[in-house]
This record gives sequence, structure tokens and C-alpha cells, in this order.
Amino acid sequence: MVSKINEWFGIPALASEHGELLDHMLGFVHWFMVVLFVGWSAYLVYVLCRFRAKRNPQADYHGVRGHTTTHLEIGVVIVEAILLLGFAFPLWARQADEYPTGPDVLRMRALGEKFLWNFQYSGNDKMLGVNDPKFFNPNAGNPVGIDAHDPNGKDDFVSPTLKLPVGRPVIIDVSSKDVIHNLALVPMRAAQDATPGVRAHMWFKPVKTGTWDIICGQLCGPGHAQMKAVLEVVEQKDFDEWSKGQSEGAKKRSSEAAAAGKAPAH
Amino acid sequence: MNPSSVTAPAHQADAHAHHEPQGFFSKYLFSCDHKVIALQYTLTGMFMAVVGVYMSYVFRMHLANPTAHIPFYGVLSPAAYNSLVTNHGTIMIFWVAMPVLLAGLGNYCIPLMIGCDDMVFPRVNRLSFQIFFLSTVLLLLGFIAPGGAFGGAWTSYPPLSAKADYNMTPWGNKIWLLAVALEIVAFLLGGINFITTAMNSRAKGMKMFDMPVLVWMIVIATIIFMMSVGPLVAGAVMLLLDQTVGTHFFGAQGGDPVLWQHLFWFFGHPEVYVLLLPELGVVCEIICVFSRKPLFGYKTMVYTTFMVGILSMVVWAHHQFVAGIDPRMASIFSLTTIIISIPVAVIMFGMIATMFKGSIDFKVPMLWAVGIIVEFLLGGVTGIYLGSSALDVYFHDTYFVVAHFHYTLIPLVAFGGFAIFTYYFPKVTGKMLDERLGQIHFWGTAIAFNFVFIPLFFSGLAGEHRRIYDYSGFAELATPGMLKMRVIATHALLVMMAFQLPFIWNVLKSLFAGAPAGANPWKANTLEWAADSPPPHGNWPELPEVHRGPYEYSVPGREDDYWPQNAAN
Repeated sequence: MVSKINEWFGIPALASEHGELLDHMLGFVHWFMVVLFVGWSAYLVYVLCRFRAKRNPQADYHGVRGHTTTHLEIGVVIVEAILLLGFAFPLWARQADEYPTGPDVLRMRALGEKFLWNFQYSGNDKMLGVNDPKFFNPNAGNPVGIDAHDPNGKDDFVSPTLKLPVGRPVIIDVSSKDVIHNLALVPMRAAQDATPGVRAHMWFKPVKTGTWDIICGQLCGPGHAQMKAVLEVVEQKDFDEWSKGQSEGAKKRSSEAAAAGKAPAH
Repeated sequence: MNPSSVTAPAHQADAHAHHEPQGFFSKYLFSCDHKVIALQYTLTGMFMAVVGVYMSYVFRMHLANPTAHIPFYGVLSPAAYNSLVTNHGTIMIFWVAMPVLLAGLGNYCIPLMIGCDDMVFPRVNRLSFQIFFLSTVLLLLGFIAPGGAFGGAWTSYPPLSAKADYNMTPWGNKIWLLAVALEIVAFLLGGINFITTAMNSRAKGMKMFDMPVLVWMIVIATIIFMMSVGPLVAGAVMLLLDQTVGTHFFGAQGGDPVLWQHLFWFFGHPEVYVLLLPELGVVCEIICVFSRKPLFGYKTMVYTTFMVGILSMVVWAHHQFVAGIDPRMASIFSLTTIIISIPVAVIMFGMIATMFKGSIDFKVPMLWAVGIIVEFLLGGVTGIYLGSSALDVYFHDTYFVVAHFHYTLIPLVAFGGFAIFTYYFPKVTGKMLDERLGQIHFWGTAIAFNFVFIPLFFSGLAGEHRRIYDYSGFAELATPGMLKMRVIATHALLVMMAFQLPFIWNVLKSLFAGAPAGANPWKANTLEWAADSPPPHGNWPELPEVHRGPYEYSVPGREDDYWPQNAAN
């Protein structure tokens, strides 16, 4: 019943683990809002009808007496406190403080630029290479500025699609090359500003395979509406296969580049 | 100034130093009279409202049918779309809400309500409007500048706003910033006047708690404005330096883009309450008059309003939950945001309680006042979603936010503006408005308004992000169902615009052929209704004396159901 209201209100289907809690809380807030709005409106409509000049030609100088309303007010405060302390804060704390750990966790990087997203994967060594704005070199195939001297970066690869394995927590470092963007993942109930110079993080655990559009959630210039990427959640083995191929290709390219003595790219 | 001038008429001789001007220019364009300045502010604000509504018409037409040729505009480009969205927001907040609700209303009402002949600093007042006018012209010039008007959102987040390479409006971004800065200077000058006048020029016998609650609310709003605006001005100067000489205050190289967000919202959120409070004051006045009842809990209202003012200074970072701020900080701002809903609810409750056991007469100003309460309620309860940091992550920058703040600001600015207009029209012009046309205008506008923004709540719940030029590339957002929401909103906007015609007709008709209003058509207590309609230069033949509080309606044992503040008995 609590979450049913989300369906009525058209909340899109959910695909992440923590989103369950969030949708549950959303359901509560919906009901709380409906009760508050209906309660207030009913009281207001009653007052407006009961005390209209035709029905009540003589106003009473003293008006309201009694404390019912004070009690109601306190009731509302208590519900709000429950919502905050019981739901919002624990949920927020979980999402903001308790980052997942362990070998299962996929660590990656999202770097926004006008008007596209670059997603950097750690590749077969499972270690993300260091990146720095001074190594940005999209023409040489290094759009996220991976440091060529960092061995961890040698097999890192960059994808325009955010491809994730289902059932594994993912931590994404979110940043930007130029202006502020926002990585908004509606079915994951997650969003994070990508601010240049700021390394922000987001994490979630996809629980459903599927393909969704990623929209930029922060006005970033004339091409803002075209800043589209795709979020693809796939089975673990499909992800492994894809990741392995991409990573080997990247490693090959970076060793070739090093051998050729050119400006090193990965 | 003589410190004892609270009751002593010492300053009154000074204020009369400016005699009534005679020529057209000195009387209407360069006047120091608070009423003329109020009208200048209000009319400029109303003109800018037309500009702002036109912009929303263009981008809503575009959203309903992205490929269409828009009548009275043409085809909208992505850059122009951003400019229109940006300037619609900027204009509606800074060039409509502020001049109409704060400057216009405050200038007109404060001296009349506290029974003095003019503001304490009439020339500062005139300067305030002149700077404001300059800022208006400057802002509009942005549209003919090379590269077009600024399109980096009304929040103007750097680095987008800081570099012409990013926003593609090399002139527009600087013009926009300068115009906003000038506008703020104008309101600072006006604000000094409001506070000083309310503190020093009250009529003989009028104590602080004999002031109408509207004066309190304007004074408190002005204090909030003055306390919060400093950081924004400093930020604007730094941003202007970033734009012009290439400093990096808000750049990633040595500066911090997030700093601007703090400076902006430190002002930006209190600003909401700067707009809210004068409106709540007007609603209080109108509700008392049209339900013939004393205001419920006058002193509680004033203290609560101070509470709102203080709390409004500590909620700003709830705009930045997804900006990567410290999670502990986010929790605190979540808490303060929910807490501030309590005093606001107390004020709203006080309004309804004022009507309780009253004798409610639904004249047009009262309809608007009740409309404000109903619509603002929906704006208030939807704030619960956004105040909670975890949920806000989902709703951030979706149409839910757009619908939420339009449900707070349109009741305040549009409904409130019409409430003020219809309530004070008899005082300002000496003519009554037509009731029937006023009712048509009210119902048409109010119903259409809901059909504009309720669909947008659902768009937002479905995850539709705002400020997107064209949704057709996004499968989930380009469905027929999502498009339908946009189309309903656009059609309702057209209906809402059409319902302004009865209003315009009403104003023109009443100006020329309206019934004479007399000094006190609403049988109200407050002092402005003791002056002639329209009040002459200097307001009063002799300054009024106050004998009682402003809300002595339906006092038992009296024949009249009202008891003007200045009546001897």
C-alpha cells in the first residue's frame, strides 16, 4: 500500500538496491503530503463555508479558543521528525558514508565534458589509473587524461556507454573537464554533480538488467539537451567478456604507442 | 535625525521641504513622492511581468511541439531556449516580484500605514528607482547584444557563467551580471528607507505593535534581504572579474566553482522569504478586513516571522545536496529546512484561524488572498520531498522542483500581485474595480494555473529533467504520456494568458468609468484608508493620531464593525 502510491504517481521502475528504501520513503512522504493537504484544505473549506457572510453575518471578536490546533501542529512535527530521523537520515548516511568495500565492488570514473560522458574502467588489473587534466588528449585517444607512466592505467579503457554488471555495487568518481554537469541515473535513484576540480563520488547496486538513457542533470551550455549517454546493466559474464576485450585492446594500444615513442597514450 | 521623533513631529518639517511638483516630468518621472515611486516600481514590474510571461509562452509552446513555428516568435534555437529560460527566471524574481511585492508595496504602504507624509529619505528613494530603471534597461539590452542574452540559468553557476567559451554569450553574461548587481543596489537603497521610516516616522500614539502586520513583514523581509545580499554582491564582483580579466575565483584552477553556489544560495534562499513575507502580510490585512475579525495572534505572528527570518538564513545548502557537499552538512541543512516549515505553518494556520468565526465576504481581493493560501499549501507540502536530502537526489533539477517553486512563487507573485492590485486600486485611483470582471479573472487564472503546474509535478515524478531543449532523443521522456503532460501545461498557460484580458479590460474601464471609491471602501481600520483616495502629495491635511491597534474589528458593544486606528472613539 505504501509503495503502491508511487505507481499511481508515475514513479519510473526501479533498478537499484538502495532505491528500494528510497521508494519506500517516497511512498510515506506521498501519503503524509496527501494527509496534510487534505487535512488543511478540509479545515479551510469548512471555515470558508461555515463562516461566509451569508451564513454568519456577525463576526465574533474573540474567535478561536482552545488548543486542538496546537496538538495537531505538534503531531505534524512528530511525523516530520520520524520521516527525517527514521528514514531520511539513515538512508542518507548509508548512501553518503557507508561506501561498499570488498573485491566485489566495481570502481570507475565518470568524466563529463560538453556535451558527452567518458566512463573510465579499470580493466583487467582492477586498478584505476591516475588521471590529471594536464594529460587530456582526446585526439590521441586519451579523453580522460590517464597518466601514461602509471602502470595501473595501461589497461584502463574508456567507454561512452555506462555498462555495469548486475548485482555488484559500483562506486563512480564523478568529475568534469569544463563546466558543471550532473550524472543523473533515474532508474538507480542516484545523481551526482560533476564539478571541475571536485572529485565527488556516488555508489549504488544495480539489481536489474536493462538499458536506459542518461540525461545531463545540470544546464551545461547550448548543447545541454544533446548530452545523452546510455546506461546498460548486463549479466556478469557479458560484462566480463566486454571488459576483457576492451581492456586488452587498450593495453595493446598503449604498448604500441610506447614502442613507437610517440606521445604516450593508453 | 532626532531620536525622539518616534512621536515628535520634528522631521515632518524637513520632509515637507519638497513641495508638490507641478510639471509632468517632475510630477511623474522625477518625483520624490513615495506614492509615485511606488507606482513607477509597480508599473515597471508589471511591464516586466508581460515580458517574462511572453518568454514562458515561447518556451512552453516549443516544449509542446519542438519543431513548430511559434506564433509571434518563430523557431526556437537551443541557445535562445537557454536564454529565455534563464531570463524568465531572472525577470520574474528580480524584475517582477521584487519591484511589485517589496518596492512597490512597501513604498506605497509604509508611509500611509504608519501615518507619515513620506519616506525619511525621499531623494534616496528616487535614486533607488532610477538605478532600478537603469538595471531594467540594461537587462533588456542583453537581448540585442552580439551573441544574445545570457543563457546559463538564473543561478548562473560558474564555470559556465564565467567563461564566454562555455556560455557563448560574451556580452550577455556580463550584462546580465551587471544588471542583477545594479538591481540589488537599488533595493538596498530602498530597504534603508523602509526600515528607517518604519522605525522613526510612526504617527503620534502608534507603538511598534500598533503597526499593521504588513509593515512588520516588509521590515523583516528587508532585514533578511540586507543580511543575505552582501555575499552575493561580493560573489558577483568576483564572477565579473572571472568573466572580464580572467581571474579564477570560481574556476577549477585554484578557485572553487562550489563557492559561488554557496554565495548565491546564501542569498537565493532567504530571497524566497523576502518575497514571501510581504505577501503574507498582505494576506493578513485582506483576511482581517474581509472577515471582519481581529488578526489571530498578532504578536505570535510577528515573533514567528522573525523566527522564519532567522531560519531562512541557514537553509541555503539544501540546493546543493548533489553538489558533493559534506554529508553531515547536508543532514543539518535537511533538518533546518524541515524546521522552517513549522513557523510558516504557524503563520498559515493563523490566517485560517483569523477567518474562523469571522463573517467572510468574498470580494475579489479576498478571493485572491484565499487563493494564495490554498495554492501555497500545495507548494509547501511538496517542499517536504525536496527538503529531505535522500529524496532530493532523485528530484534534483527535475520538473518536480519547477512545479514546486512555481506553486510557491506564483501564488505569492501573481496571486499576491493581483490581491494587492485589487485591494489598493480604489485607494490609488479613487475608482472601484468591477466585481464581476474581477471574479472571472480570478477563477480563470486560478484554475488554469493548476492545469499548468500539476502536470509538471507528474513530469518531475517520472524523472523529467528541466532546462532540456528537446526531449525527443530520450526514449523514456519522449513517450506520448510524457508529451501529453507538456501539452496540457502549454494549453493551460494559453488559457491563463487569455484570462488576463478581463483584467486589462477591467482596469481600463474602471479607470475611466469606475464608481468613485471614497476614502474607505472596504471599511478597514488601518491608516491608509483614512487618507483621501488617491492620497494627495504629503498624504494628509494634518498628520493622523493613533488610538488603537490595527485589527479592532467587530468589537462587542460598538455599532460599527470596524474601528479605525485614528478614530478618537
